[in-house]
Amino acid sequence: MEDDRLIIAGKAVTSRLITGSGKYSDDRLIKDILAAAECDIITVALRRVDLVKKGDSFLKYIPEGKTLLPNTSGARTADEAVRIARLAREAGCGSWVKIEVIKELKYLLPDNIETIRATEILAKEDFVVLPYMSPDLSVARRLVDAGASAVMPLGAPIGTNRGLRTLELIEIMVEEIDLPIIIDAGIGRPSHAAHAMEIGVDAILLNTAIATSKDPVKMAESFKYAVRAGRMAYLAGLGDESKKARPTSPLTGFLDT
Amino acid sequence: MSFAEVLLAQKTFPFEDLLFDVNAAKVESVLNKDKLSIEDLLVLLSDPAADYLEPMAQKAAAITRRHFGNVITLFTPLYISNYCTNRCTYCSFAHEHAINRKQLSFEEVEKEAIAISKTGIRHILVLTGEAPDKATFDYLRQSLSIIANHFSAIGIEVYPLTGGQYEELINAGYMDSLTIYQETYNEELYKTYHRGGPKENYFHRLETIERACRQRIRAVTIGALLGLDDLRREAFAVAHHALYLQKTFPDVEISLSFPRICPLVENFIPGVVVTDRQLVQLITAFRIMFPTLGITMTTRESARFRDNIMPLGITKVSAGVSTAVGGHIGKPSTTQFEIADHRSVSEMQRDLLANGFQPVMHDWNMKMSMC
Repeated sequence: MEDDRLIIAGKAVTSRLITGSGKYSDDRLIKDILAAAECDIITVALRRVDLVKKGDSFLKYIPEGKTLLPNTSGARTADEAVRIARLAREAGCGSWVKIEVIKELKYLLPDNIETIRATEILAKEDFVVLPYMSPDLSVARRLVDAGASAVMPLGAPIGTNRGLRTLELIEIMVEEIDLPIIIDAGIGRPSHAAHAMEIGVDAILLNTAIATSKDPVKMAESFKYAVRAGRMAYLAGLGDESKKARPTSPLTGFLDT
Repeated sequence: MSFAEVLLAQKTFPFEDLLFDVNAAKVESVLNKDKLSIEDLLVLLSDPAADYLEPMAQKAAAITRRHFGNVITLFTPLYISNYCTNRCTYCSFAHEHAINRKQLSFEEVEKEAIAISKTGIRHILVLTGEAPDKATFDYLRQSLSIIANHFSAIGIEVYPLTGGQYEELINAGYMDSLTIYQETYNEELYKTYHRGGPKENYFHRLETIERACRQRIRAVTIGALLGLDDLRREAFAVAHHALYLQKTFPDVEISLSFPRICPLVENFIPGVVVTDRQLVQLITAFRIMFPTLGITMTTRESARFRDNIMPLGITKVSAGVSTAVGGHIGKPSTTQFEIADHRSVSEMQRDLLANGFQPVMHDWNMKMSMC
C-alpha cells in the first residue's frame, strides 16, 4: 500500500480522500477534519474568499503543506470559471483548479459543454485542471483531449448523499479512461466510498457527508478507513459475484484427483 | 409564456375542494414523498397539516442541512431615498404621509457604505422608494457605482426598471441581484392596497423579475407581503412563480422571502393575521417542496423567532439593520417599518456561532462574473 500512490499531474498524492471546506458550522473544525481524514488535498470555494480581506477567510485554518484545490463554485459559464481560476491563482491559491460550471440550479448538475471549454482554456494556461462532470464517456474523452489532469464524475447530485446512482456509467469510465477518476458529489456514507474504491475509482472527493454529520471529525476518520478499505479490496482483487451458492469443496472435485 | 399568463390560467383552481379533502393520511403521504407538486404544497399548508408541524420541521431541517450545510449568509439593507409617489395603504413611505423625507447625497451614500462595510458586511441590498423623478435612474446608477467600491455583491430593491436599465447596471458591475415583492398576487386586492403612483400597475410589477432575468441577472428574491391576502392563496402564487422562474431561467438563483406586514401606518389593519405557527408551517412546507431555493429572513421578525426558525430552512439573514435613510451615519429619516431584531452585525455573528451556524460574510464577488 505504501507504493500505491495516486499521481495527478505528476504529483504523488498519498491520500485518496479529498475533502471540501464548506458547510461547516465553524471553520475552526477544518484543521481537525483534515487531520482525522489525513487528506493531502482540500477544495476551497473561491466565492467564499473575500479577495479584499483574504486574511479573514477560512484559508487561515488550512494547515501548511496541503494542496489547495480552489473550485469555481458559482460559475455559470466557462468564462466565469476561467475568471475565478485566474483570480484564485492571483490570490495565491496555486495552479490547481476544480472546474465546476453549473447553470441549472434546481438539481445543480454540471454543464459538460461549458466544462470542456473551461478545461481547454485553463489547461493551456498551465493550470492543473480537475473538471467536475456528469458521467459520460464521450465527454470524459474530450476532457482528456482538452488537457484535464483527472476526471471527476458525480455519483449523485451534489448534497444528496444518495451514493453511486451513476454506477454503470462510472464503471465504463474506469475501464476506458487512463486519467485518474475521482468521484465527486453524492457520496453520503463510508460504504458508498468503499464501494466506489472497490470498482477501481482512484479517489473520492466529498464534503456534505462530513460537514453535516453530528460529529464531523469522527465522520472524516470513518471515510478515511472506508476509502483505504475499498482501495485495498480493489488491489487485492474482488471475487466474482454469483446468485447461486458455490461450495468451497465442490462435489465433482474427486474427478481431478 | 409569461408568468402573468401562467397565473391567469390558475384563476379557477379549486382551492376549497382540495383543502376540504385533506386529511391526516394525505398529509403523511405527502411527507413521505421526495418530490412535491403544488397540490402537495397546499396539503402541507392545510389545517390538518398544522398537527404535523414537528415532522415538517424535522424534514425541512434535514433538507436544509443537506443542501446548504450549517452556514447562513449575512447582508444589510442600505436605504438611499425614501421619496415616493406611490400610495400603498400599508407603507409609511407612501406619498400622502407627511414624514421626514430624505435622499442621500453621493457623499452621504459613500459615508453610509463605508460605515456599513466597517461592520464586515460584504453583501448589501440597496433600497429606494418609487419616485423616478427624484431618485432618478441616473441617481441610482451613480449611487450604485459608489457603493460597488465597498462591497462584493450588490442587490437592489428599488422601483421596477426597464430591461435595458437592468442590463446597463448588471454589465457595469453595479449590481447582480434583485428583490421585488409582488406584495399580493391577488390582482383585485392589489388594486385596493395600491391606490396611486406607478405601483398601481399590477402587471408591470409582476413582470419585473422576468425583465431582469432576461438580462442574465445572477439572483432574484420574490415573495408576497404576508397579511394582505389569504395565506394559502399567496403561497400558491409564490410557488407557481418560483416554479416558473426555475424552469424558464434555470441559471438564475431564486430566493424566497416571507415578510409579515408590520406597518407604522396609523389606522392600517392587516387583512389577515399570520401567526408564528402559520409562518413556520409556510416556511417548512416551501423548504420541503423547494430543497435548493434560498430563503431570506429579515429583521421584521424578532431575534427569538429568527434564531429558532433558522435551522428549518433559512439561508440568508439581515443584520445591523436600519430602515431609515441615513440610518448608519446619524442623520436618519423616518423608518419604513418597525424592525424587531436590533442586533448588530457582530452580535448576529456571535449568536449564529453559538447556535451552530457559520456566519458567511462573503458568498460571491461580482468581479467573478464580469467580462
